[in-house]
Amino acid sequence: MLSKTVAELAGALTRKEVSARELTQAYLDRIHQLNPALNAYVTITAEQALAQADAADARRAQGNAGPLTGIPIAHKDIFCTRGVLTACGSHMLHNFIAPYDACVVERLEQAGAIMLGKTNMDEFAMGSSNETSWFGPVRNPWDQARVPGGSSGGSAAAVAASLCAMATGTDTGGSIRQPASFCGLTGLKPTYGRVSRWGMIAFASSLDQAGPLTHSAEDAALMMNAIAGTDLRDSTCLELPFEDFTAQLNQPLSGLRIGLPREHFTKDLNPAVQAILQEAIRQLELLGATFKEVTLPNNYLSVPAYYVIAPAEASANLSRFDGVRFGYRCANPANLDDLYKRSRGEGFGDEVKRRIMVGTYALSAGYYDAYYIKAQKIRRLIKQDFDLAFNEVDLILGPTSPHTAFKLGEKVSDPVTMYLEDIYTIAVNLAGLPGMSLPAGMLNGLPIGMQLVGPSLSESRLLNVAHQFQKNTDWHTQRPEV
Amino acid sequence: MALDKNDVEKIAHLARLQINDTDITEVAQRISNILGMIDQMQSVDTSAVSAMAHPFDAGQRLRADQVTERNQRDYYQTIAPATQDGLYLVPRVIE
Amino acid sequence: MSWETVIGLEVHVQLATNSKLFSGSATAFGAEPNTQASIYDLALPGTLPVMNEEVLRMAVSFGLAVDAEIGKRSVFDRKNYFYPDLPKGYQITQLEFPTVGRGSLKIQLENGSEKTIGITRAHIEEDAGKSLHEDFQGMSGIDLNRAGTPLLEIVSDPDLRNAKEAVAYLKKLHSIILYLGISDGNMSQGSMRCDANVSVRKKGATEFGTRTEIKNVNSFKFVEKAINYEVQRQIELIEDGGRVVQETRLYDSDKDETRSMRSKEVANDYRYFPEPDLLPVIIDDEYIAAVRATLPELPAARCARFVSGYALSAYDADVLTSDRAMADYFEAVVTLCGDAKLSANWVTVDLLGLLNKSDLSISESPIKPEQLGTMIARIKDNTISGKLAKTVFEALADGETNVDQIIESRGLKQVTDSGAIEKLVDDVIAANPDQVAQYRAGKDAVFGFFVGQAMKISKGKANPAQLNELLRNKLKAD
Repeated sequence: MLSKTVAELAGALTRKEVSARELTQAYLDRIHQLNPALNAYVTITAEQALAQADAADARRAQGNAGPLTGIPIAHKDIFCTRGVLTACGSHMLHNFIAPYDACVVERLEQAGAIMLGKTNMDEFAMGSSNETSWFGPVRNPWDQARVPGGSSGGSAAAVAASLCAMATGTDTGGSIRQPASFCGLTGLKPTYGRVSRWGMIAFASSLDQAGPLTHSAEDAALMMNAIAGTDLRDSTCLELPFEDFTAQLNQPLSGLRIGLPREHFTKDLNPAVQAILQEAIRQLELLGATFKEVTLPNNYLSVPAYYVIAPAEASANLSRFDGVRFGYRCANPANLDDLYKRSRGEGFGDEVKRRIMVGTYALSAGYYDAYYIKAQKIRRLIKQDFDLAFNEVDLILGPTSPHTAFKLGEKVSDPVTMYLEDIYTIAVNLAGLPGMSLPAGMLNGLPIGMQLVGPSLSESRLLNVAHQFQKNTDWHTQRPEV
Repeated sequence: MALDKNDVEKIAHLARLQINDTDITEVAQRISNILGMIDQMQSVDTSAVSAMAHPFDAGQRLRADQVTERNQRDYYQTIAPATQDGLYLVPRVIE
Repeated sequence: MSWETVIGLEVHVQLATNSKLFSGSATAFGAEPNTQASIYDLALPGTLPVMNEEVLRMAVSFGLAVDAEIGKRSVFDRKNYFYPDLPKGYQITQLEFPTVGRGSLKIQLENGSEKTIGITRAHIEEDAGKSLHEDFQGMSGIDLNRAGTPLLEIVSDPDLRNAKEAVAYLKKLHSIILYLGISDGNMSQGSMRCDANVSVRKKGATEFGTRTEIKNVNSFKFVEKAINYEVQRQIELIEDGGRVVQETRLYDSDKDETRSMRSKEVANDYRYFPEPDLLPVIIDDEYIAAVRATLPELPAARCARFVSGYALSAYDADVLTSDRAMADYFEAVVTLCGDAKLSANWVTVDLLGLLNKSDLSISESPIKPEQLGTMIARIKDNTISGKLAKTVFEALADGETNVDQIIESRGLKQVTDSGAIEKLVDDVIAANPDQVAQYRAGKDAVFGFFVGQAMKISKGKANPAQLNELLRNKLKAD
């Protein structure tokens, strides 16, 4: 039962094969059993979950349940949850009981989803392996010696290990898509502005987007229906009419033009990954899609540009963590400077401090033009590459990650190598486009994803393609033995 | 761009981060490596390109001038490290 | 050696909105600490700014009032620095693309001429909170009620050449702001705060001298004193062979001196960059036209109208229109009594004298415009003389409210019955034969004596015009 998709569970709840309370209790039991090894959750809200489950059952009995009513969910610990610890993977917020709910949390609660707890993550979402968390690393359910990816690693591991039916994630440079690829899930990063950032602890404000981590595209569509939409509390949230992301799932793919970026299919790409992508391409061709080569000539600059823009924004976003109004405060500060420097020095981990310093440097007098402005110009070039490509094709397909999940500790000592993990995903954030990763195959017992990228607001199309692919393949139905 | 100990101290001060003396060399090395990777950008001519601060070109949505918040000081201060008489306490601020 | 002073002012005006610039918190002055600080104002993680439309309207209306270019695409930036009264660790402000661009305003100099002062720009930004330095076990207390209150920072060109000009400019700005109703302009509460950039150079030099910035001077008087002190300090320093250091200085009004603020960082590096949580504010001609249509008549235009419409002197018109409330008061009085000249005299001389003496603003005046208007109307219709009107005025100032009752109860009504006045004149002539003889011998100056005597007997109530006429006739006739 617990390994079912959201759509399947919703059916079971409707047919009264199971109650929300039973389902919730079953997930809580499994969390209790498996979480100590996986470390996917940092907070488990059992009592609250059961209360929500009872409310969901009552709502279903009254006949006004939606598709997510009674479905257990896990929230990445980057989303503020009223009355519940919201630590963002950091010692800095180890005691931060948020006094308010994030918009995403609020909307999923309104839809009737049941929060099981908060999931582990890279500290302040800065990482690609979940190893920078103050709460320790998360283990990949497919192989516990390996990382689940990051930064939404806890959410991905929780869904993969059936410790919840679905989870929220956030994606600043690949933090939903890469863990989805490593854990065999469907993960969608929506168009920038689709989902409100209110209550989502900011890493890089112009890049951050929340999105779903699920077993299937259909599940992702159901979650998108709940979380997308205008929120007046976020000035950058787009004003759009309600969109039913499930409406186009069953459109045929005939006539669909898919681009294959020349720069992603080079000899640098692992041949085994390449072969898996070729098989997926063949499958989509059978479904009616046509393929052609496109070019994203500036993609190679996306990692450098990102590592200026994201740290620059982060360096300011993280200034509020100063030990004055909330969060960690050093013991016995000698003076104001000491309060700031030690609270921040002791509260933040190494990777966070490193990025704050890179960002501070990039914005400082004398370097602003050479780094920050330069990166913003390159950001435009990257966006233009996509614009040109989308004149010729409807979507772009490529790898999500250069390889399958790597071993814990394998890359953590070398930041630059770790940063290059995101070479295929980062450009999508810089351009503000929707991108998703879905399971495309298995390699040595580990899942590997493929990435679909579309023009602005093309989520329904992406989900449609993914759903059609999933109707004809079974990679997304595979579950690890934990 | 390679940073030295001095540069790191300056940046760490601007960012109000305490870095232990024993770590400075390593921090300088790592940040220098990152900056080395970033410097790939410098080889591209962007003189004709305009900077892009945001994923989309749109105007800002404004809100009406209405008071929508009520006093929740006591609740908000339950998570504060140090308060007295409704004030947040910090080591003495010298003007 | 002859020196020239160069002054530029940065004026922070707190905009009189109901709610803050980027949050729905109230902006009332004097609330209990941190009771007007929302999760956004406290910079709790995950919170985001949403801009108050009224702030934009106010900024644009100011821009139009000083003939400034209006930024059709204004951009907010983050100014980064750490300070406990700055919860986010950055201030949201406008660096490169402010809402209000280059403009100007005219000030009147003491010699009666006008001078145009350039306004470099005016940008929207957030105010900071307050650090309270009372002793909390050796700690400071932070109150964030003010954090996020909208400010308009108005930056002048370095066009001011002495402290008096600086004050005239500041008063003009103050007047415009009050006319627009965009701020209460209360300097003692910090709704209008002034930083002065001051330097000196040898007369005729083209390069500017090194400037110092005097922070947060909170009254017109102190602006003048602080600048004068600082100018003198700089001149003496240079003449003694020293050099002015570019620094921030604080004016101490108790000691009447400026002193260096040592705690401000030696070299601040604010690391400005565009605020990613906010898109550019885009406005079009239609918006600007709509704001323009709501602008009130501004001081300069009103002054001109007072001269042409009411035939006031330029001086009186300027005094009356410098303060919107005063001009409104004056016009209310004129409407009631129909005599602009008389109204102008009573308002600028008697009323202003009264207010100055008790340090009140026009809106706090104990005499309401309806009362003054009625009183002047009673002068016009000969119920009372101008002289006895002073008694009425004083009674009003002391809190009495009804003009006619004051006249009645004190018997101030003027005698206009010609029979009664004739008798009075006859009595005075009969009682003073010597003076009558002198007058008739050609000593015209004695005439005043008869008027005085008649007024004394009538207790000042005889209608002066009638009295004069009868006296002349009678003195001539016999």
